[in-house]
Amino acid sequence: MEYDVVIGLEIHVQLKTRTKMFTAAPYAYGADPNTLIDPVVLGLPGTLPVLNHAAVEACAKLGLLLACEIAEVCKWDRKNYFYPDSPKNYQLTQNEQPLCLGGQVEIELPGTSRNIQGEHRLVKLNRIHLEEDPGKLTHTAFDTTIDFNRAGVPLAEIVTEPDLHSSEEAVAFLNALIHLIHYAGVSDCDMEKGQLRCDANVSLKPAGSKTLGTRTEMKNLNSISNVRAAIEYEIARQTELLDAGESITQETRRWSAENGTSSSLRSKEEAHDYRYFPDPDLMPVRMDRARVAELQAALPERPYDKQRRYQETLDLPFTLTSVLCPDPKLCTFFEEALELHPAPKVIANYIANDLLRELSASAAHGESALSISDCPLTPAHIAELAKLIENGVITKQIAKEVFTTMYQSGNMPAVIVEKEGLQQSDNSDEIEALCREAIAGNAKAVAQFKEGNAKALNALKGPVMKATKGQANPATLDQILRSLIQSEA
Amino acid sequence: MTDKAHLDIEYVSQLARLDLSAAEKEKLGSQLAAILEHFDALKAVDVSGVEPTAHAHAVENVWREGDRAGPVYDPEVLSSMAPESRDNQVVVPKVVE
Amino acid sequence: MPELYHQTIAQLSAALEAGSLTSVALMQAVIERTEAVEPQVKAFIHRDAEDALQQAHASDERRASGNSLGPLDGIPIGIKDILAVKGQPLRCASKMLDNFVSPYDATVIAQLKAAGAVLWGRLNMDEFAMGSSTENSAYMATANPWDLDRIPGGSSGGSAAAIAAGQAIATIGTDTGGSIRQPAALCGVVGMKPTYGLVSRYGLVAFASSLDQAGPMTRTVEDAALLLQTMLGKDPLDSTSIAMPKVPDFRAELKHRKGPWKLGVPREFFGDGIDPEVKANIEAAIEWYRAQGSEIVDISLPHAHLSVPVYYIVATAEASSNLARFDGVRYGHRSVAVEDALSLFTQSRGEGFGDEVKRRIILGTYVLSSGYYDAYYLRAQKVRTLIRRDFENAFETVDAILSPTSPTPAFKRGERSNDPLAMYLSDIYTIAVNLAGLPALSLPSGFTSNGLPIGLQVIGKAFGEADLFAVAQAYEQAHNFHLVTAEL
Ligand SMILES: [Mg+2]
Ligand SMILES: [Zn+2]
Repeated sequence: MEYDVVIGLEIHVQLKTRTKMFTAAPYAYGADPNTLIDPVVLGLPGTLPVLNHAAVEACAKLGLLLACEIAEVCKWDRKNYFYPDSPKNYQLTQNEQPLCLGGQVEIELPGTSRNIQGEHRLVKLNRIHLEEDPGKLTHTAFDTTIDFNRAGVPLAEIVTEPDLHSSEEAVAFLNALIHLIHYAGVSDCDMEKGQLRCDANVSLKPAGSKTLGTRTEMKNLNSISNVRAAIEYEIARQTELLDAGESITQETRRWSAENGTSSSLRSKEEAHDYRYFPDPDLMPVRMDRARVAELQAALPERPYDKQRRYQETLDLPFTLTSVLCPDPKLCTFFEEALELHPAPKVIANYIANDLLRELSASAAHGESALSISDCPLTPAHIAELAKLIENGVITKQIAKEVFTTMYQSGNMPAVIVEKEGLQQSDNSDEIEALCREAIAGNAKAVAQFKEGNAKALNALKGPVMKATKGQANPATLDQILRSLIQSEA
Repeated sequence: MTDKAHLDIEYVSQLARLDLSAAEKEKLGSQLAAILEHFDALKAVDVSGVEPTAHAHAVENVWREGDRAGPVYDPEVLSSMAPESRDNQVVVPKVVE
Repeated sequence: MPELYHQTIAQLSAALEAGSLTSVALMQAVIERTEAVEPQVKAFIHRDAEDALQQAHASDERRASGNSLGPLDGIPIGIKDILAVKGQPLRCASKMLDNFVSPYDATVIAQLKAAGAVLWGRLNMDEFAMGSSTENSAYMATANPWDLDRIPGGSSGGSAAAIAAGQAIATIGTDTGGSIRQPAALCGVVGMKPTYGLVSRYGLVAFASSLDQAGPMTRTVEDAALLLQTMLGKDPLDSTSIAMPKVPDFRAELKHRKGPWKLGVPREFFGDGIDPEVKANIEAAIEWYRAQGSEIVDISLPHAHLSVPVYYIVATAEASSNLARFDGVRYGHRSVAVEDALSLFTQSRGEGFGDEVKRRIILGTYVLSSGYYDAYYLRAQKVRTLIRRDFENAFETVDAILSPTSPTPAFKRGERSNDPLAMYLSDIYTIAVNLAGLPALSLPSGFTSNGLPIGLQVIGKAFGEADLFAVAQAYEQAHNFHLVTAEL
């Protein structure tokens, strides 16, 4: 039987504030165990939460970028459940009145090949609410140890509508979401560090049916590839059950990346009775409309809006925009360079290819590529390089050499060209002498050119370029060769 | 509200993570039944259109500005109060999800 | 002059200021008295005489060098075992926190320290402040100094008994449903619950967060005013604390606010269940105010009779969540019979909590549980709104409200232990005040025929503490019941 797949995601994102959600204890990933704790973090008797305004601002900013409506008033609730990583055995969260309502994320489905842009569509969000992270459990062979450093870190929980229909869409959504979060600047979304965590609700229904099927909730999807694999596994599992005439049990399942399978964690009957109620220790937050408008006005252009603009007004190809647009820092770098010298394609090429290659090459072994913010080059470097090429000061071939030198030294390209005498040569006498030598030495190429094979000319250009160390002005060279061969005829 | 309030003490004590002896359950059950009956007085009140009171004062927007880091404890503060700890971490029996 | 240990903050601080008394001498007198009567009264869960004497010594040195910190400097003040004091045990009279030592100070404690008060001991209470008799302490039952077979009231029973017995000059209690005022009434002292939000709750171990307030327990209204003055203020660590636009000097205001007043009397508070002697006493007090020129206005609090169910739903719901942190993981009692993470929770909590705490956790968990929230919790919150409105309406016409504090004088130990509902009903006059977030004070208003103290409750407008103190002091000054001391 054919089924429609319905997927909803719940994504927890750690907000990059300096201090925790409800106390001033700082947070930093990787700190020694229990060094980022205070009375509130530990839930000591008598302690009370105080809201970190920076977390509200960060979440509102994210919400606006995700086209959510910012609530007039949001409130705090207690979600009551016992777990050893939870210092109060309740989580402060927003159940009844979250900060961000609705919203949507534009996604790009994979194209028919890597170089071809896929279809775009909008995925509906249900809400974004703020809550606090619990501590971290480590399981040994005999017992479990608890580090409370992470306890109290602000989380934005992004809940989608059941509006995704395949593992590809889920992955596309996550990628688009991560790019948006980077644009908002509110989290680094490093899944390995737990900065972004994803749960997926999956259900199947007979193709075309309006009623939703029974869903299962998949937990512990801590990488994009896990999300893809777990959803695919679950679709296959449910398809098999339904095809066999069996029904789906509503349950929470845990994905095991090692085994590539999921197993039941608890059924609906064992589901938690969270006893939500309004937290009496925290006051409601009324969102100042002027401030919301200010945040709205200061929003960055969204990645896919930028992509459209680059393609339509700068005539950049998808192969370049797909590299630049997901990364707001790359785009800023690009636009700053463009400001200095309006050569979009050349500049975009240098950033998307040469610069990114150097950045990943210079990363220490095993580390991910350096970020553009650690880059030894400024937009001015790239702009000047493009200008040198366009003005005919250097050839494209020489430019490659200049790029490497400039990346290593940080010197401006004009300085390098000057110092190393890399300007292209317009000395026609010298070029003409070398051309005559080349023509004399390759009668076959000359003959082919005369027969109409224009490419044959390249075989003659090679030795000239070599002799001038690439500095011969390609236009001058071309012109001299043609006129020499013609006059020969 | 169901007509006769029923408190499933097994379920509720499990939710509350509270181990009760059979005798405690028995005694609590009858005491709580009497208390719940007393609560029935609330059923008769017309509360339509009445806003619930969650806080004594209707104050909004109480928060900490600046996002500046405050003091932290030495990990020893926790290890000295914890019933069991190892390498500055609190130890509990193995947690299975 | 009474013995040092029976004097007031005002008297003693004048003597300290005049140089006729040292804090060390005062502290020694209080320690000696405590040692003499403690075997009978059992007010203290913990005390450290050496530490108190050191604090007293430091106070004397400050004063000698001209750096006195004010009227509380050098005065021994007892603390209910529910407020965190750095380096001292914080047990909440529970086995659950048997070994717990607080690594931090409650804001109220920091304020008292900054005012130079000598922190003297940890006072007994009902476990986690749940009770009205101090019989629910896991450590011992405190006796009423006026009749050792009777309860001192609760939950701040130790704090009330210690003053009545001369074991402290003043104490700090906490009041969620009457836990300062009812024991104050039953022990013949002054007990004051401030407007919700006036005093920081940071470091006060939460029972019911939307109701809890710490407040002064003293011999006189003036002392209560003095003590409250140092305890109030907006605290950045407590989001529910409120900044008063202009904080009056309560003690100075007493001189300016002399009445007459418009005083409301809720007829609902004089119906069934009130002890005839208590009723007669409070009616006489009301007549005294009338005779002094105050206008007595009959008022109605039509939803007040619903206070008990509303309170026991709201308070237990909040408590069930507040007490979830006591789980044997990070601190406090951990069962040795633990096999897995689940039994770590259930066994530690089953062993650590006493009967009343268990009862309230179960009740609170139930009223929040799936399918019952709307019927109980949400409905109770709405009726709470109606109760608040009753008071708002009343305070449109009156300056303060008069009532008994407790329907009965102190009862015998064990008398109500097996009838929790009867125990809950003993808070009937005090809990509506907590639900409405208002300030109220209980002051001695006389004695029953067998010599048990009776308390008059004065309820004020939100943040109307200055008037509240003035109304109460008028009666106190004219009757001097505070000068009568329990014989021990
Ligand atoms: Mg969720
Ligand atoms: Zn969540």
